[in-house]
Amino acid sequence: MKAKLEVYLKETVLDPQGKTIKNALKNLGFDEIEDLRVGKIFYIDLNIEEEGEARRIVEEAAEKLLCNKIIESYKVYL
Amino acid sequence: MKIAVIVFPGSNCDFDVYYALKEIAGIPSELVWHKEKTLKNFSGVVLPGGFSYGDYLRAGAIAKFSPIMEEVKRFAEEGKPVLGICNGFQILTEAGLLEGALLRNRSLKFLCQDVFLKVENKNPIFLKELKKGQIIKLPIAHMDGNYFCDDKTLKELIKNKQIAFRYCLHNGKIEEENIKANPNGSLYSIAGIFNKKGNVLGMMPHPERYVEKILGSRDGIYIFRSLKNFLMG
Repeated sequence: MKAKLEVYLKETVLDPQGKTIKNALKNLGFDEIEDLRVGKIFYIDLNIEEEGEARRIVEEAAEKLLCNKIIESYKVYL
Repeated sequence: MKIAVIVFPGSNCDFDVYYALKEIAGIPSELVWHKEKTLKNFSGVVLPGGFSYGDYLRAGAIAKFSPIMEEVKRFAEEGKPVLGICNGFQILTEAGLLEGALLRNRSLKFLCQDVFLKVENKNPIFLKELKKGQIIKLPIAHMDGNYFCDDKTLKELIKNKQIAFRYCLHNGKIEEENIKANPNGSLYSIAGIFNKKGNVLGMMPHPERYVEKILGSRDGIYIFRSLKNFLMG
Protein backbone atom coordinates (compact mmCIF):
# COMPACT_ATOMS: atom_id res chain seq x y z
CA MET A 1 0.00 0.00 0.00
CA LYS A 2 1.13 3.53 -0.69
CA ALA A 3 0.78 6.31 1.82
CA LYS A 4 1.36 10.02 1.69
CA LEU A 5 2.33 12.00 4.75
CA GLU A 6 1.99 15.76 4.75
CA VAL A 7 4.02 17.66 7.35
CA TYR A 8 3.54 21.39 7.67
CA LEU A 9 4.35 24.22 10.07
CA LYS A 10 1.61 25.08 12.53
CA GLU A 11 -0.42 28.24 11.86
CA THR A 12 1.25 30.01 14.77
CA VAL A 13 4.76 29.37 13.44
CA LEU A 14 6.25 31.94 11.09
CA ASP A 15 7.13 30.56 7.64
CA PRO A 16 9.62 33.01 6.09
CA GLN A 17 10.18 30.70 3.11
CA GLY A 18 6.47 30.71 2.26
CA LYS A 19 6.36 34.48 2.65
CA THR A 20 9.30 34.98 0.29
CA ILE A 21 7.78 32.68 -2.33
CA LYS A 22 4.43 34.44 -2.04
CA ASN A 23 6.13 37.81 -2.57
CA ALA A 24 7.97 36.43 -5.63
CA LEU A 25 4.64 35.26 -7.07
CA LYS A 26 3.09 38.67 -6.36
CA ASN A 27 5.94 40.26 -8.31
CA LEU A 28 5.10 37.93 -11.20
CA GLY A 29 1.57 39.26 -11.20
CA PHE A 30 -0.21 36.58 -9.17
CA ASP A 31 -2.29 39.13 -7.30
CA GLU A 32 -4.91 36.53 -6.44
CA ILE A 33 -2.53 34.59 -4.19
CA GLU A 34 -3.24 35.88 -0.72
CA ASP A 35 -1.13 33.52 1.35
CA LEU A 36 1.20 30.57 0.81
CA ARG A 37 2.93 28.23 3.22
CA VAL A 38 5.54 25.57 2.48
CA GLY A 39 5.24 21.99 3.75
CA LYS A 40 6.85 18.61 3.17
CA ILE A 41 5.36 15.48 1.64
CA PHE A 42 6.69 12.00 2.32
CA TYR A 43 5.75 9.30 -0.22
CA ILE A 44 5.81 6.00 1.64
CA ASP A 45 5.60 2.40 0.35
CA LEU A 46 4.32 -0.10 2.90
CA ASN A 47 4.46 -3.89 2.54
CA ILE A 48 0.99 -4.33 4.05
CA GLU A 49 -2.51 -3.81 2.63
CA GLU A 50 -4.64 -3.31 5.74
CA GLU A 51 -5.66 0.37 5.95
CA GLY A 52 -6.00 0.74 9.69
CA GLU A 53 -2.63 -0.84 10.32
CA ALA A 54 -0.98 1.22 7.56
CA ARG A 55 -2.35 4.41 9.05
CA ARG A 56 -1.17 3.42 12.50
CA ILE A 57 2.38 2.77 11.24
CA VAL A 58 2.63 6.04 9.30
CA GLU A 59 1.28 7.97 12.27
CA GLU A 60 3.83 6.33 14.54
CA ALA A 61 6.62 7.26 12.11
CA ALA A 62 5.33 10.84 12.07
CA GLU A 63 5.14 11.07 15.84
CA LYS A 64 8.56 9.53 16.38
CA LEU A 65 10.64 11.15 13.68
CA LEU A 66 9.04 12.78 10.66
CA CYS A 67 7.13 15.53 12.45
CA ASN A 68 8.32 17.79 15.28
CA LYS A 69 5.06 18.48 17.04
CA ILE A 70 6.35 21.60 18.76
CA ILE A 71 6.34 23.39 15.41
CA GLU A 72 4.62 21.07 12.93
CA SER A 73 1.37 19.17 12.32
CA TYR A 74 0.72 16.29 9.91
CA LYS A 75 -1.94 14.56 7.84
CA VAL A 76 -1.91 10.97 6.55
CA TYR A 77 -3.40 9.96 3.19
CA LEU A 78 -3.65 6.31 2.09
CA MET B 1 37.08 13.51 35.90
CA LYS B 2 36.66 13.75 32.16
CA ILE B 3 34.33 15.40 29.68
CA ALA B 4 33.05 13.58 26.60
CA VAL B 5 32.75 15.51 23.32
CA ILE B 6 30.34 13.53 21.16
CA VAL B 7 31.21 13.12 17.49
CA PHE B 8 28.25 12.59 15.16
CA PRO B 9 28.62 12.00 11.43
CA GLY B 10 28.72 15.61 10.24
CA SER B 11 29.95 17.24 13.46
CA ASN B 12 32.55 19.86 12.59
CA CYS B 13 33.17 21.79 15.79
CA ASP B 14 34.10 18.70 17.78
CA PHE B 15 37.83 19.30 17.69
CA ASP B 16 37.48 23.01 18.50
CA VAL B 17 35.45 22.14 21.59
CA TYR B 18 37.96 19.47 22.55
CA TYR B 19 40.79 21.99 22.15
CA ALA B 20 39.00 24.69 24.17
CA LEU B 21 38.23 22.25 26.98
CA LYS B 22 41.56 20.51 27.12
CA GLU B 23 44.16 23.03 26.05
CA ILE B 24 42.56 26.30 27.14
CA ALA B 25 40.40 25.44 30.15
CA GLY B 26 42.53 22.48 31.22
CA ILE B 27 39.75 19.93 31.59
CA PRO B 28 40.61 16.33 30.66
CA SER B 29 38.45 15.54 27.62
CA GLU B 30 37.92 12.86 25.07
CA LEU B 31 36.21 12.64 21.69
CA VAL B 32 33.50 9.96 21.79
CA TRP B 33 31.88 8.45 18.67
CA HIS B 34 28.08 8.63 18.68
CA LYS B 35 27.76 4.83 18.33
CA GLU B 36 29.25 4.31 21.78
CA LYS B 37 26.75 3.15 24.38
CA THR B 38 28.33 4.25 27.61
CA LEU B 39 29.74 7.37 29.23
CA LYS B 40 30.65 5.49 32.37
CA ASN B 41 33.96 7.22 33.02
CA PHE B 42 32.79 10.75 32.26
CA SER B 43 31.44 13.55 34.44
CA GLY B 44 30.06 15.81 31.73
CA VAL B 45 29.19 15.80 28.05
CA VAL B 46 29.28 18.32 25.20
CA LEU B 47 27.32 18.00 21.94
CA PRO B 48 29.32 20.13 19.48
CA GLY B 49 28.20 22.08 16.43
CA GLY B 50 28.12 20.95 12.85
CA PHE B 51 25.63 19.32 10.53
CA SER B 52 24.89 15.92 12.02
CA TYR B 53 23.34 13.69 9.36
CA GLY B 54 23.55 16.59 6.92
CA ASP B 55 20.73 18.39 8.74
CA TYR B 56 18.42 16.06 6.80
CA LEU B 57 14.72 16.15 7.75
CA ARG B 58 15.31 18.77 10.47
CA ALA B 59 18.56 19.84 12.13
CA GLY B 60 19.26 17.37 14.94
CA ALA B 61 16.24 15.18 14.17
CA ILE B 62 18.19 12.05 13.27
CA ALA B 63 21.10 12.49 15.67
CA LYS B 64 18.70 12.25 18.60
CA PHE B 65 18.42 8.50 17.90
CA SER B 66 22.17 7.87 18.05
CA PRO B 67 23.01 5.17 20.63
CA ILE B 68 24.96 7.60 22.84
CA MET B 69 21.87 9.77 23.31
CA GLU B 70 20.46 7.34 25.89
CA GLU B 71 23.49 8.13 28.02
CA VAL B 72 23.13 11.85 27.38
CA LYS B 73 19.53 11.58 28.63
CA ARG B 74 20.74 9.74 31.72
CA PHE B 75 23.29 12.52 32.37
CA ALA B 76 20.55 15.12 32.06
CA GLU B 77 18.34 13.27 34.52
CA GLU B 78 21.16 12.70 37.00
CA GLY B 79 22.01 16.39 37.08
CA LYS B 80 25.37 16.05 35.34
CA PRO B 81 26.47 18.87 33.02
CA VAL B 82 25.25 18.60 29.41
CA LEU B 83 26.21 21.39 27.01
CA GLY B 84 24.87 21.61 23.45
CA ILE B 85 26.37 24.17 21.11
CA CYS B 86 24.68 25.13 17.84
CA ASN B 87 23.78 21.77 16.24
CA GLY B 88 24.19 20.35 19.75
CA PHE B 89 21.44 22.74 20.93
CA GLN B 90 19.25 21.61 18.02
CA ILE B 91 19.80 17.96 18.98
CA LEU B 92 18.91 18.67 22.63
CA THR B 93 15.60 20.31 21.64
CA GLU B 94 14.78 17.49 19.21
CA ALA B 95 15.54 14.96 21.95
CA GLY B 96 13.18 16.79 24.31
CA LEU B 97 15.94 17.58 26.83
CA LEU B 98 15.35 21.29 26.24
CA GLU B 99 12.08 23.03 25.41
CA GLY B 100 11.15 24.61 22.09
CA ALA B 101 12.63 24.25 18.62
CA LEU B 102 15.07 26.03 16.31
CA LEU B 103 13.52 27.25 13.08
CA ARG B 104 15.09 28.54 9.88
CA ASN B 105 16.62 32.02 10.39
CA ARG B 106 14.03 34.66 9.69
CA SER B 107 16.20 36.14 6.92
CA LEU B 108 16.51 32.66 5.32
CA LYS B 109 20.25 33.30 5.19
CA PHE B 110 23.06 31.34 6.77
CA LEU B 111 24.45 33.70 9.41
CA CYS B 112 28.16 33.77 10.17
CA GLN B 113 28.97 36.79 12.33
CA ASP B 114 29.72 38.09 15.80
CA VAL B 115 26.82 38.67 18.15
CA PHE B 116 26.48 40.34 21.52
CA LEU B 117 24.81 38.37 24.27
CA LYS B 118 23.34 39.44 27.56
CA VAL B 119 23.67 36.99 30.43
CA GLU B 120 20.06 36.68 31.53
CA ASN B 121 20.35 34.47 34.60
CA LYS B 122 22.86 32.97 36.98
CA ASN B 123 23.90 29.34 36.76
CA PRO B 124 26.32 27.52 39.07
CA ILE B 125 27.55 25.08 36.41
CA PHE B 126 28.04 27.03 33.20
CA LEU B 127 27.91 30.72 34.11
CA LYS B 128 29.69 30.94 37.47
CA GLU B 129 32.33 33.22 35.95
CA LEU B 130 29.76 35.54 34.40
CA LYS B 131 27.55 38.10 36.08
CA LYS B 132 23.86 38.48 35.42
CA GLY B 133 23.47 41.32 32.92
CA GLN B 134 27.04 41.01 31.63
CA ILE B 135 27.52 41.50 27.86
CA ILE B 136 29.77 39.10 25.97
CA LYS B 137 30.71 38.73 22.31
CA LEU B 138 30.61 35.33 20.59
CA PRO B 139 30.28 34.20 16.98
CA ILE B 140 27.26 32.47 15.45
CA ALA B 141 27.30 30.26 12.34
CA HIS B 142 23.97 28.68 11.56
CA MET B 143 20.99 28.39 9.23
CA ASP B 144 18.45 27.26 11.83
CA GLY B 145 18.89 29.30 14.96
CA ASN B 146 15.56 31.04 15.21
CA TYR B 147 14.36 29.93 18.63
CA PHE B 148 10.66 29.20 18.94
CA CYS B 149 8.32 27.92 21.62
CA ASP B 150 4.67 28.49 22.49
CA ASP B 151 3.54 31.31 24.81
CA LYS B 152 3.02 29.02 27.75
CA THR B 153 6.54 27.59 27.45
CA LEU B 154 8.05 31.06 27.13
CA LYS B 155 6.32 32.17 30.32
CA GLU B 156 7.67 29.07 32.08
CA LEU B 157 11.20 29.70 30.80
CA ILE B 158 11.09 33.25 32.14
CA LYS B 159 9.51 32.26 35.43
CA ASN B 160 11.93 29.40 36.06
CA LYS B 161 14.95 31.54 35.09
CA GLN B 162 15.79 29.10 32.30
CA ILE B 163 16.99 31.69 29.80
CA ALA B 164 20.78 31.78 29.70
CA PHE B 165 21.56 34.31 26.97
CA ARG B 166 19.65 36.84 24.87
CA TYR B 167 20.91 38.52 21.71
CA CYS B 168 21.48 42.23 22.16
CA LEU B 169 23.27 45.27 20.76
CA HIS B 170 26.82 46.11 21.88
CA ASN B 171 25.35 48.35 24.58
CA GLY B 172 23.16 45.57 25.94
CA LYS B 173 19.90 46.81 24.45
CA ILE B 174 17.53 44.02 23.49
CA GLU B 175 15.39 44.68 20.41
CA GLU B 176 13.55 41.58 19.27
CA GLU B 177 12.41 43.02 15.93
CA ASN B 178 15.76 44.60 15.01
CA ILE B 179 17.85 42.29 12.81
CA LYS B 180 21.04 43.88 14.14
CA ALA B 181 20.08 43.11 17.73
CA ASN B 182 18.44 39.74 17.07
CA PRO B 183 19.92 38.47 13.79
CA ASN B 184 18.05 35.17 13.41
CA GLY B 185 14.68 36.43 14.65
CA SER B 186 14.56 34.33 17.81
CA LEU B 187 11.53 34.59 20.05
CA TYR B 188 12.29 36.91 22.99
CA SER B 189 15.81 37.21 21.46
CA ILE B 190 16.68 33.86 23.05
CA ALA B 191 20.19 32.61 22.27
CA GLY B 192 20.50 29.90 24.91
CA ILE B 193 18.37 28.13 27.51
CA PHE B 194 18.72 25.76 30.45
CA ASN B 195 16.54 22.85 31.44
CA LYS B 196 14.56 23.25 34.67
CA LYS B 197 17.32 21.83 36.83
CA GLY B 198 19.94 24.05 35.20
CA ASN B 199 22.37 21.24 34.33
CA VAL B 200 21.58 21.19 30.60
CA LEU B 201 22.53 24.26 28.54
CA GLY B 202 21.83 24.69 24.84
CA MET B 203 23.14 27.73 22.98
CA MET B 204 23.45 28.75 19.33
CA PRO B 205 26.63 30.90 19.64
CA HIS B 206 30.01 29.17 19.67
CA PRO B 207 32.02 29.76 22.87
CA GLU B 208 34.76 27.38 21.65
CA ARG B 209 35.59 29.71 18.79
CA TYR B 210 36.43 32.64 21.07
CA VAL B 211 38.85 31.32 23.65
CA GLU B 212 42.09 33.01 22.65
CA LYS B 213 43.04 36.62 22.00
CA ILE B 214 44.32 35.71 18.55
CA LEU B 215 40.81 34.54 17.63
CA GLY B 216 39.30 37.97 18.29
CA SER B 217 37.79 37.50 21.73
CA ARG B 218 38.18 35.32 24.79
CA ASP B 219 34.61 35.60 25.99
CA GLY B 220 33.91 31.93 25.35
CA ILE B 221 36.39 30.88 27.98
CA TYR B 222 34.08 31.92 30.84
CA ILE B 223 31.75 29.06 30.08
CA PHE B 224 34.47 26.40 29.95
CA ARG B 225 36.21 27.78 33.04
CA SER B 226 32.91 27.80 34.93
CA LEU B 227 32.45 24.18 33.96
CA LYS B 228 35.96 23.38 35.12
CA ASN B 229 35.38 25.06 38.49
CA PHE B 230 32.16 23.15 38.92
CA LEU B 231 33.72 19.78 38.11
CA MET B 232 37.21 20.16 39.53
CA GLY B 233 36.77 22.83 42.20
